[in-house]
Amino acid sequence: MSERKSLPVVADEPMDPSRRAFMRTAAAGAAVAALSSCGVEMEDFLRSHFKELSPDELRRVLAKVERKNLERFGKKTTVSATGPRPGVEFGYGLDLSRCVGCRRCVYACVAENNQSRQSPQIQWIRVLEMDKEHGVDLAHANHYYEADAVPRPGKFYMPVQCQQCRNPPCVKACPTQATWKEKDGIVVIDYDWCIGCRCCMSACPYGARHFNWATPTLPAEELNPHQHYLGNRPRPKGVVEKCTFCIQRTREGRYPACVEVCPVGARKFGNLLDPESEIRRVMETKRVFVFKEELATHPQFYYFYAT
Amino acid sequence: MSGAVEFVKGSARLVVSGGRAYKAWVAALLALVAIGGIAYVHQVRTGLIATNMRDQVSWAFYIGNFTFLVGVAAAAVLLVIPAYVYQWKPIKEVVVLGELLAISALTMCLLFILVDMGRPDRFLHIMPLLGTPNWPRSLLAWDALVLNTYLLLNAALVLYLLFKTYRGEHYDRRIFLPLVLLSIPVSISTHTVTAFLYNGMAARPYWNASILAPRFIASAFCSGPAVMIILFQILRRTNRFPIKDEAIWKIAELMSYAMFLNLFLLGAELFKEYYSATEHLRYTQYFWGGLDGHRALVPYAWLSLTCSVAAFVLFLIPRTRRNYVTLNLGCLLIWAGVYIEKGMGLIIPGFTPDTLGEIYEYTPTATEWAIAAGVFGVGFLVFTALVKIAVPILVGTFRAPERVAAPGPSSAGIPAQ
Repeated sequence: MSERKSLPVVADEPMDPSRRAFMRTAAAGAAVAALSSCGVEMEDFLRSHFKELSPDELRRVLAKVERKNLERFGKKTTVSATGPRPGVEFGYGLDLSRCVGCRRCVYACVAENNQSRQSPQIQWIRVLEMDKEHGVDLAHANHYYEADAVPRPGKFYMPVQCQQCRNPPCVKACPTQATWKEKDGIVVIDYDWCIGCRCCMSACPYGARHFNWATPTLPAEELNPHQHYLGNRPRPKGVVEKCTFCIQRTREGRYPACVEVCPVGARKFGNLLDPESEIRRVMETKRVFVFKEELATHPQFYYFYAT
Repeated sequence: MSGAVEFVKGSARLVVSGGRAYKAWVAALLALVAIGGIAYVHQVRTGLIATNMRDQVSWAFYIGNFTFLVGVAAAAVLLVIPAYVYQWKPIKEVVVLGELLAISALTMCLLFILVDMGRPDRFLHIMPLLGTPNWPRSLLAWDALVLNTYLLLNAALVLYLLFKTYRGEHYDRRIFLPLVLLSIPVSISTHTVTAFLYNGMAARPYWNASILAPRFIASAFCSGPAVMIILFQILRRTNRFPIKDEAIWKIAELMSYAMFLNLFLLGAELFKEYYSATEHLRYTQYFWGGLDGHRALVPYAWLSLTCSVAAFVLFLIPRTRRNYVTLNLGCLLIWAGVYIEKGMGLIIPGFTPDTLGEIYEYTPTATEWAIAAGVFGVGFLVFTALVKIAVPILVGTFRAPERVAAPGPSSAGIPAQ
């Protein structure tokens, strides 16, 4: 009777790998010949969905990413596909009363996650400068503030990144299941499955998804060699990318880069299922709110005012 | 299927032969296709950065054209309903042409989606059985399904009807009628599903209004038939294709009702936005009056409204509806009005301002214009070829070899029961 109603979470739908694999092999023959002449590799064309890969196939896929990294950057990298840990659901807290708008999180994120450095520059965190007199009001937000010193008088700062929704509109919109929510709450993208239709970008209420309009520019010396398949491995042009709570770090028990770099301690991170975690402490002792709650996306990213 | 080879050969002969005007027309279209092809190669090489789309406005000109053309394709139903269901003779003669238009429009729709994709090489991922389409949740997966179904259905119907007529046989009502009846809901669903694609996005208040799908249908019933009316007049002159004035006027009358509905729904939307004046008004404001000095779309908004209202008046008054000068003017006005409204006017304000309030003012690049021109080139080429084959069959000048000796001119249009 009084059972707590859980928040709507995207259901895992079983697929039928054998049928699809057969159909794919049977029907794709002619198309492969045409595409291989355009530089598309047959192996990629006939590959299965990430969730359908056998351990053996997955190893081959990861090895291939490492090989391609070496070709592209002349640098040795390790690409893992570490899965979610049982009993872990990540939660993020952002203290709006502490944030000073220095954007160190923005650049730490770019360095950690191998985003395109320029034309176009891709950033997964957007810090909005807002007027104290308006409160959180997007119509008056300044996205491109430049200041000699922050925080500026009369202003406060609101960083926005992927809110890792429990009810993610982007996952619903994706026509190919190239993006999904993992058991630990992280919404991930398989860059090798995305067709670049950008439905997810239209669907996302937080501007958290970014498209590779051109081949990302990433100098080899700035490449982070510690990579995750669903996270910070280098992306090709024509696919969408987003914040993954630094999946390559957090699944190994480390903090996301933005949490680590924040000079004022405005960013909190931890396991929502662990009563002793920092994020649980925040939720129990502060008053948290979620961004655009009227859209019922149920973020795993909480804002709060500590002071 | 004896005679299929002859049929294909004869069709090919029809397509490549023609007068000077026909050849010039085809050459012009081929030139457009070539320009589009070159531009597309450039876009594939550099990426979609060749367009002016960015993260803030992530769909734009291509998707706008796609949306407009889905409407044109869906409008074939406007001609199908009275012709088949009510057996209304004057329009029945020309239904085939409506379906040909649908085929061409759908070809362009699919091409516009293709050129908008970041990774067209991965198209298999969206296909049933071969890929992993996200059914039933993703509206784009649905859209791909209904558009392709509608395309196949129209192609099957037209091919069956034309081949039978070519061989001088009557079509089998038991096969034909169920397919025609099926095409009606499928046609409505193509446009509805396309509307739902935008409508379902709570992140974009400009689209997230239940009035969107009805407005889509209403405006589709204006833009599609406008092409038909112009085409009928060309065919009457060049191919002795007997289309009665009565049929054209009836279509024009139906268009005026559709346009009234469209304008009424627009008014309802504008009232709601401006009277309640919430934060969601900003998107409407950007389109109709500009926002914070960004006014790129404002002239188009008012041009579109002016065209639509003028066309409505021209088609409402019987005298101007029956005068071919004002009728054709009305068709052009409707075409322009709906093209702006359902293209740029629908897509761009949905993204401006973006979900975090930023205003990025979008205008298409030369590459986008060139690729769009190329896609229209392909579409018109397909339409031209199809009409070139269909009309001689319908008027009885292109028929199976064994029938050529047979006496008497065939009656125009679909054979009587």
